[in-house]
Formats: sequence, structure tokens, C-alpha cells
Amino acid sequence: MKKTENKTINNSRRDFLSKAAVAGTITIAPGVLLHSTSAHAIDGDATDLNTSVSTRPLDQEVSSKNRWGMLIDTTKCATGCTDCVDACNEENGLIGHNRPETDAQYIRKVTLKSKSTGHELSLPLMCQHCETAPCADVCPTGASFVRADGIALVDKHICIGCRYCMMACPYKARSFVHEDVKNQKLSAPRGKGTVEACTMCVTRVDNGGIPACVEACTAENHNAMIFGDLKDPNSPISIELKKHGGKQLRSDLALNTGVRYQGMNE
Amino acid sequence: MSKIEYTSLEGKSPAYFGFLGALAFVILLALGAVFYMEHEGHHVTGMNNQIVWGMPHVFAIFLIVAASGALNVASIASVFRKKLYEPMARLSALLAIALLTGGLVVLLLDLGRPDRLIVAMTYYNFKSIFAWNIILYTGFFGFVGAYLWTMMDHNVYKYKPYAGFAAFVWRLILTTGTGSIFGFLVARSAYDAALMAPMFIVMSFSFGLAIFLLVLMATYKWNNMELGDVVLNRLRNLLGVFVAGVLYFTAVYHLTNLYATQHHGVEKFLLLEGGVFTNIFWIGEILLGGIIPLILIYAPGVKNCRTTLGLICTLIIFGGFAKIYTILIAGQAYPLEIFPGYEVSSSFYDGVVNSYTPSLPEIMLGLGGIAMTLFIVAFALKVLRFLPVSLADSVADPHHAK
Repeated sequence: MKKTENKTINNSRRDFLSKAAVAGTITIAPGVLLHSTSAHAIDGDATDLNTSVSTRPLDQEVSSKNRWGMLIDTTKCATGCTDCVDACNEENGLIGHNRPETDAQYIRKVTLKSKSTGHELSLPLMCQHCETAPCADVCPTGASFVRADGIALVDKHICIGCRYCMMACPYKARSFVHEDVKNQKLSAPRGKGTVEACTMCVTRVDNGGIPACVEACTAENHNAMIFGDLKDPNSPISIELKKHGGKQLRSDLALNTGVRYQGMNE
Repeated sequence: MSKIEYTSLEGKSPAYFGFLGALAFVILLALGAVFYMEHEGHHVTGMNNQIVWGMPHVFAIFLIVAASGALNVASIASVFRKKLYEPMARLSALLAIALLTGGLVVLLLDLGRPDRLIVAMTYYNFKSIFAWNIILYTGFFGFVGAYLWTMMDHNVYKYKPYAGFAAFVWRLILTTGTGSIFGFLVARSAYDAALMAPMFIVMSFSFGLAIFLLVLMATYKWNNMELGDVVLNRLRNLLGVFVAGVLYFTAVYHLTNLYATQHHGVEKFLLLEGGVFTNIFWIGEILLGGIIPLILIYAPGVKNCRTTLGLICTLIIFGGFAKIYTILIAGQAYPLEIFPGYEVSSSFYDGVVNSYTPSLPEIMLGLGGIAMTLFIVAFALKVLRFLPVSLADSVADPHHAK
């Protein structure tokens, strides 16, 4: 009981400090908000970890000063939990047609079992937002592209539906829209006959938010996902990566992925 | 060799119109299939998010690869100055253009958005080998078209060697591009090999010549025109070299993979445990499409037998389809190795061998591409003089002893 009280007190103190730091920084230097809050946030709760958001005004071009990324701690990701997947489907208006082979999945839960040790783990897998993305390389029209801030997207207006990007993606992260699309979400346009994938919730990010999957994971207190700016050395994601490292899937391909994983020890 | 006389087909017989009508019917069915697939969406096909390229691509790639190979005969005449092949050069170039057209139509009509052809023609990502292929296909039409012009118009005949050489170089680059569509795919275990480009070139030699021989024999037989054994036996021997070449490249591809431990999984799948894919590889590609044709080509007992030669060509074409099916479908069916050292499972078919059942509309679209090719050839043979009046031994080879 005493222990719990202490924890509550500590959290309250942290919250206070956090808020004080945010308030102070907003007053002194709004432009460096992320830098100043992130240092303490790593020790705070996960909501703090994911407060690193875009400060770019919407009328300005996307800049390579940011590199948005995600860090996934597989030790905190529970087998069978699909909170991130559900949130993604809701956010992007992905409705199944009871045809699992053709239904779109932007994010999926993958269960792994080490062949050598039998160690089991679970993780979410989505577009890894590679810096040198094979999908963008092979796309004949340039519909698949990587934004300056590292988010890989598909321009639905010039995608011809050739699916070469799906052949090229090392993570099977892309889906083809196999049928008419109804009741689309304004923030997540889709189109029959075109290819789509995780957009890292680009509309949310551009408006200063965080991806729906990360938000859901955090809201449910799993705290397995951190979103943030990989180019900001003081962002929670960068600090955590510096501290404990992070694995890139298919690192042999040297794609410099925006999504990293922790806890994948065989 | 005396001056070659060319002719066009009379093309007034009921059989000719019946042939065109049958082809037009297949093309119509294919268009119906396209309308159905595009209207409903691709979920009505056998393709899905795992096997993203299916039967239409098998047909399209086969036809495109065969297109550049069909130009062989013309190239041997113009570039390598072999007189025997000279009379057949026009037909060779015509067939090349027709095959490419058929293949591209299939490829285009399978796109998720075929209505955006203009986008494909106006937006180029020059890092994409696919974009380069669009340029290479267009260029092929231009170069081979110009080559045909120099062959058929006396005013520009003097430019023929240059046009022939340009078309020859272009077709080599084109098939390098086609093979590299797979060779440049770093993500998948079955692809990502520089060998794909030269292997596709040798495949094109083999498939293209087999189709050329069938078209040549059928045209001359149906129109009661003379076609001697000298020409056919020369082409037959050449075909043997090409078939052996394809087998050689296939062997080197698999041996290289077998040497590298990281590729043992995919090789085990392709060669031993792939079920239908393994059967298609060994029985379709290697046995029926390679070894049996090779034995028949060099078997002394059937040297001048045209039925056997027809069978050989049919087997090579069948084996060619099997080969492209293996490369394309089996290559996608084998799961991506995202997590080496782990057993993987998910709701998105991670870690499992993907299944593919071709649907009727897909096959219909592919057959439509073949029908389109044959329609173009049959129609062109009627309107322009592509065919030498005779390819009898005395015409083809003046030194031929009767």
C-alpha cells in the first residue's frame, strides 16, 4: 500500500514537472518545445513519450529536418492484443469483406517463435517507412514516394495499380484495393484498383497528432509503441534508441527504416 | 541467291475469315473478362494481396519475352549476314511486333487502373525498371517498325543494315529490362539475381523461335506454299542450341542458390516441397519444355518430320509458360523472409506458402493476348507482302543438292 502511494506521489510529481516544463518552454521558446520536454519524458509515462509531434505550420512544405519514426518494444506487446490493428482499421475506414486474402491490412500482429530457442514474441508489422524505399524505387509513375520527413505514401491520383511496389516491398506491407470503396474517411482516401499502406497517419501527424496505433497502444497502457522524430536527438524515441538500441527488420537490405524494434533476441 | 519474291495472302477463303472470326471471338471474350474484372474489382480473380501478379502476367511476360526472340531470324539475316534467313526477315519482324502488342495489351488491361494509361505514359520515375520498360517497349515498336520499312521500301533499303542492327541491340536491351523486373527485386528470395537478365534473353531466343517456326509452318501449309527442309532444319538446329541454353541458365541459377545457405529454403521449396509448383518445374519446365524437345530436335530418326517439329515447338511454348509460371507465381508463393530464424504466423499469411488458383477471366484475358497477336499477323499477311513466294530448298539454298 505504501509502495503504491509512493508511486502515485512520484507520478504526480512527474506530471507536475512535466507540465511545468511544457508551460515554461512554451513561454520561452515555442520552437524548441520538443527538445526541452523530451529529455524528462523518457522517465515519465508513455503518454509523455508520444507527445513529440509536428510543429510545422500546414502552409509550409514538409521538411527533411524531421524524420518521423516508431519504436516498438516487443517485450510489452502482448500476443493476441490487437488494439493497434483495431485503431488503424477504424482510423482508415478499413472494412473487411470476409475475404482475408484480398482484404486490406495496413498493420497486422505477427507472432514469432525462435527456431533455436523457442522464445516467443508478438509484434505489430506495418510499412517500415524506409528511407530508400523499394516501393518508391520500382514505382513506374512515381506514385509511391517517400516524403522529406520520411513518411512513405502512395499518390492515389497517379497510381496505375500495377502492384510492382507490392512485389518489391520486403515487409508485405501493402494492400491492393480489390473492390469498390464505400464510406471512406475524409482523412484517409482510398481507391479501387490502387495500392495502399500505412501512412503513419500522415493527416494526424501533419496536424500535430500521433498515429492511431500508437495512440491506442498508449491509451490502453501497453506502452509498446513510441512515435517521434528520429532526427531530434532529444526526442523520446531518439533517446530510447540511443540508450537501448533498436533493430531494423531486414537490416541486410540497408533501407534505413523509420520503424525500429526492441526485444527481438532469439 | 536470286532476288526474293514476296507475296501477300489472298485472304478470301472461308477458312481465312473463319480463322479471323474465331480470333475476334476470343478477343471479345477477353474484353468481356476485362470488363468483369475491372467492374467488380480484382477480388474476382485468383490474385490477392499475397500473389499480386497472376495469370495475366504469365501470359503478358511470355508474349513480351517471345516478341524479342521472334526477331531472331531477322537479326541473323541483317546483323550476322546469313543469307538463308533473309527471306524470312519480314515475317520475323512482323511477328515480333504482333507478340509485343499482344503482351502489352494483356499487361495494360490487368492494371488496377487501365484507364490511367496516359498517366503511365506521362509520369516517369526513372529509377524504376518498369518505367524503363515502358520506354523500351515503345522504342521496340519504333525500331522494328523502321526496320520493316527499310526491308519493304526500296527507297530506304540501303538503311536496312543500320535499322537491323539498331533493332537487334534494342531487343537485347529490352529483354534485359524484362528480366531485370525480377532481377532488381531485392526483397524476394526467388528473384534478386543478375542472372535473370541474360536468362530472359536466352528464354526469348527459344520461345520466340518456337513460335516463329509454328507460324511459318502453319502459314505455308494452310496456303499451299513451298517450305523446304533446308530452312526448317537450320532453324531446328538453332532451336536446339537455345533450348539447351535455357536449361543451362536454369541450372546455374539453381546451383548458385543451392550454394548459399540463405537460399536453401526457397530452393527446397522450388525443387522438392513446392507441391504443384515443384511438379510444374520438373515436369512442365524441365522435362516437357526442355529435355524432351532437346532429344527430339537431335534425334536422327525424325529429322525431316514436320509433325515432330510442330510438337517440339508446342512443347517449348508449353515449357516456356511453365517456366514463367514457376518464376512468377512460385516466386511469390514462397513467403517473404522478414524474420530469419523464426517461425512466423499472422492474419496476413506471413510465414505460409501462398496459394493461387487462376480464375477463368484471368486466363481468358491471357488467351485474348495470344488471339490479338495472331489476328495482327493474319491480317498483316493479307494486306502487305511479308511472305516469300517460296521457301523451297532450291530457293533457300542454291547449292542444295536435290
